[in-house]
Amino acid sequence: MANMSLTKCPMPSQDPEIRSHNFDEVALGYTAEMAVEEAKRCLGCPKKPCHSGCPVGIDIPAFIGRVAEEDFAGAYEVLERSTTLAAVCGRVCPQESQCEGKCVRGVKGEPVAIGRLERFVADWHREHAHEAPKKAAPNGHKVAVVGSGPSGLTCAGDLARLGYAVTVFEALHTPGGVLVYGIPEFRLPKELVRREIATLEEMGVEFQTNMVIGKVLTVDELMEDMGYECVYLASGAGLPSFMGIPGESLSGVYSANEYLTRVNLMKAYRPDSRTPIAKSRAVAVVGGGNVAMDAARCAKRLGAETVYIVYRRSMDELPARKEEVEHAQEEGIIFRLLTNPVEVLGDETGHVRGMKCIQMELGEPDASGRRRPVPVPDSEFVLEVDTMVMSIGTSPNPLIRSTTPGLETNKHGCIVTNGEDGLTSREGVYAGGDAVTGAATVILAMGAGKQAAAAIHKYIQEK
Amino acid sequence: MYRIVEKTSLNPTVTKMVVEAPLIARKALPGQFVILRAGADSERIPLTVADYDREKGTVTVIFQVVGAGTMELNALEEGASLHDFVGPLGKASELDGLKKVCVVGGGVGCAIALPVAKALHERGAQVHSVVGFRNRDLVILEEEFRACSDKFVLMSDDGSAGEKGLVTTALEALIQAGEQYDEVIAIGPLVMMKFVVAVTKKYNVKTVVSMNPVMIDGTGMCGGCRLTVGGKTKFACVDGPEFDGFEVDFDEAIHRGAMYKDFEAHAREEACNLLNQEVR
Repeated sequence: MANMSLTKCPMPSQDPEIRSHNFDEVALGYTAEMAVEEAKRCLGCPKKPCHSGCPVGIDIPAFIGRVAEEDFAGAYEVLERSTTLAAVCGRVCPQESQCEGKCVRGVKGEPVAIGRLERFVADWHREHAHEAPKKAAPNGHKVAVVGSGPSGLTCAGDLARLGYAVTVFEALHTPGGVLVYGIPEFRLPKELVRREIATLEEMGVEFQTNMVIGKVLTVDELMEDMGYECVYLASGAGLPSFMGIPGESLSGVYSANEYLTRVNLMKAYRPDSRTPIAKSRAVAVVGGGNVAMDAARCAKRLGAETVYIVYRRSMDELPARKEEVEHAQEEGIIFRLLTNPVEVLGDETGHVRGMKCIQMELGEPDASGRRRPVPVPDSEFVLEVDTMVMSIGTSPNPLIRSTTPGLETNKHGCIVTNGEDGLTSREGVYAGGDAVTGAATVILAMGAGKQAAAAIHKYIQEK
Repeated sequence: MYRIVEKTSLNPTVTKMVVEAPLIARKALPGQFVILRAGADSERIPLTVADYDREKGTVTVIFQVVGAGTMELNALEEGASLHDFVGPLGKASELDGLKKVCVVGGGVGCAIALPVAKALHERGAQVHSVVGFRNRDLVILEEEFRACSDKFVLMSDDGSAGEKGLVTTALEALIQAGEQYDEVIAIGPLVMMKFVVAVTKKYNVKTVVSMNPVMIDGTGMCGGCRLTVGGKTKFACVDGPEFDGFEVDFDEAIHRGAMYKDFEAHAREEACNLLNQEVR
């Protein structure tokens, strides 16, 4: 009997007052009873519109059907066919614009909570399954993956399952890419990422950390000297953008990358961490994406009394996920919308003391279709802050493109591919994720990794 | 991984470590740097490559024990291994076409200046070296500098080694005596480099400085190492670490370098206490 409730079974979560002072996970996850009840909201549509909204092609009605039957192990088997990172996706995917955005139940009421169910199944599996993942028989071919973020991990997992000897090269000292340095503990516990990587290792994937490809080894050396038949470039979009306004290099101004890396990768939130971070009273995070929300919520947890999100458009244009915005608001983050910084003001020691802003209003739509913000004359004011985090986007790192002859990139520095399968202008070299698209989402990067793995398999088999 | 094959104390606070890192040794060039971590929870410490041996597969770093991180690093002995060692990062020194160069080193910065002087000497350039230390006990690499320099001037703040005075005094004297340098390469504390540039600007002698700001990843990701050079924002890790000294905003770099002073002082004190307890 289907559950005809118009709303999702609510997600238990930490009280905002309490969670804004700790780094523990905000959303606590469904119990088995909640999961079964929610799964019964799925109508099992034969056309599976949700499935078409999933970049990695999970058979969503099939896994939800098993949850409804309380066959959680069976549900995980369905997930496992399409993804190795279900515990991650269930937490960080923008489901509202993908699978859930296509759910028929969403036409009248809320869609089925596909993300929450995916998380439940992945967590259930982690807690209950103890057998090691299957290791495929080696097929004798070597593939190198550059970057261990979501795209690289997905590609490596799919290739390992086909029997390839896969080596993943990571520039930092810990694998995981943005899952480790970017997304905070309270949204994605690092233990989960560690477990996902351990699973890949059990499947035979080799991880080499501290390897900056383009510096210590080039793509050509990987292929010519080290015998990798294909290379998948998934090096992300790691280069932070700044606004180019006066005072941006004052002490106390961070890129979101630096701020989040200090907090997440280097664990600056722990009292025993060796990594310093500003002890702030008032923080302004400039930008309106998910990364900005993460930085603001970290600042709050680090003890800042006042944390602002400063965004030049209005609430409707805010690019962050609705859920992230709501969480931030619940935790007391103040949104200064239609506001744009024009100058960072410093004190006599060269530290930030304030941010001069100008009020904006929305004008005609621009190329992106969003109404363009224009400054309101004579509306400058000063926001008193002692820390600023610039979260206005990132672009791909030039280290690989500058050391790989013949690798075509566009004017933004993104690697150019043929579209579907991620083939670059170099034979045997594939690319995907943010390195190709510019900063996007975890799931799109995973989708690209999946497609590239299939294309690499086809290329090597047909060679 | 990354075994310490040799550890030598150059002076009471400066240590030289030769580290097994064959892939990096194969590629490293003067002017580039590595980032290392002593243990699994340690800070990432950027250090400019002091030497490398492509055949033995080793990279040499020289560091001053200044804070908790370098204390922890200095506690590792020969035979032990570093947890992480990544590189070679940054751009190599641009030495092509230089015929006569004055290399100015200050304190532990001499460790980075030496490979540049050596490389120039090996290329047949005329090398004048001016190195400065606070006092005689802190002098490092004197013999090595003499071996690759056509002229060598040693300065100390108190006159206990070489001549009394600052490197800038010696440099200015050389320029005034008619020495014509294609370039001055200054590597040392920010204040020293700032004043070297103040001298060379007067005589319009091109000056390259090596910047060593706070950084995390060393690959362009964090932007923490940004500097203002010629009015533009540059990342020391990927655009440098060497820059045209005339263009660098030193005052800003000095402010940024002091950002974590309090935290560092506290961490240093804790590390001292910890190490003292271990000795007992």
